[in-house]
Amino acid sequence: MSDAAMKPEPYTLAGQTYALAGPEDYFALLKPRVMSLVIFTAFVGMVVAPGAINPLLAVVSLLAIAVGAGASGALNMWWDADIDAVMKRTEARPIPAGRIPRAEAAAFGGFLSVLSVALLALASNYLAAGLLAFTIFFYVVIYSMWLKRSTPQNIVIGGAAGALPPVVGWAAASGTAPLDAWVLFAVIFLWTPPHFWALALYKRGDYERAGVPMMPVVKGEASTRKQIFAYALILAATGVSPFLIGMAGFLYLAVSALLGAGFVGLSWAVLNAAEGDYTSSKRLFGFSILYLFGLFATLLIEHLAGLHG
Amino acid sequence: MAEEFEPERPLTPEELKQRKRRNVAIGLSLGAFVLIVFIVTMLKLAGNAPQG
Repeated sequence: MSDAAMKPEPYTLAGQTYALAGPEDYFALLKPRVMSLVIFTAFVGMVVAPGAINPLLAVVSLLAIAVGAGASGALNMWWDADIDAVMKRTEARPIPAGRIPRAEAAAFGGFLSVLSVALLALASNYLAAGLLAFTIFFYVVIYSMWLKRSTPQNIVIGGAAGALPPVVGWAAASGTAPLDAWVLFAVIFLWTPPHFWALALYKRGDYERAGVPMMPVVKGEASTRKQIFAYALILAATGVSPFLIGMAGFLYLAVSALLGAGFVGLSWAVLNAAEGDYTSSKRLFGFSILYLFGLFATLLIEHLAGLHG
Repeated sequence: MAEEFEPERPLTPEELKQRKRRNVAIGLSLGAFVLIVFIVTMLKLAGNAPQG
């Protein structure tokens, strides 16, 4: 990891910005947008899981899961500060912008990791706490420290970290992690590559500058577009599987089939787009967020409204 | 023995304001954490108490 591209540590900037970080900068270290997706998918896992959990304990468990996700985000920003500094998408983050020293982000993330796992163990059970600890470990050590800079399969394998929250939520509510919970994991896991590769297609220059071996940088656009389409086909089929195993009802079947068809259609457009034309990949990136939200929201509605289960 | 951190200059009013905001946030977070642990402990104790 090189610090060459980074601004000096704020504490060494005598007379400048070394004490200007506010609470909002520390909050930004937690990657709040990622955190909101984690909260949502973990909540769905909790609701879909069999059994009942005290509502207050459920809220505290969700808070612990959210803080754990935020902690791994802070540790990721600590480790990847040099990359963030050279990418337009991330150069305004608190560390590359010089508002928070790297060591402080590491301490902040480490402290919150321990705190969140302990809190989840206290509020729910050891299985959920263990899964949360594994999620943090996987995201920081396996993805950030190892895979991200070494292979174009980085987000394929690393996607497991982002896919675990519904399983953690399920375990928090029921004390178990059966196959059904891992179907939700599979949906997010297979959604991650086409989602990030659609972004990487039109942000390729950023990743190239930062030396991150994303698929379009290493294998080129044509290969990435083919792989996006292949994953879209597998994802569309997997997206319907909660209905097939009896976890979801007909509303979910309709929504997942419709959204899956949309995903495949947009991926087909990405596959057939001319080199350098990123309109379709931008559309797919936006739609992929809607796709995941739509699937999990429908599961949630079905279970809360008593339409299923 | 750890050396004390000595700023190379007095903090500006803006920096003092941000430091105060950080301190308030840390205080509130710690207070919330204590309250959460207390509530969770009470709920767990209530759940394990013998009925009747």
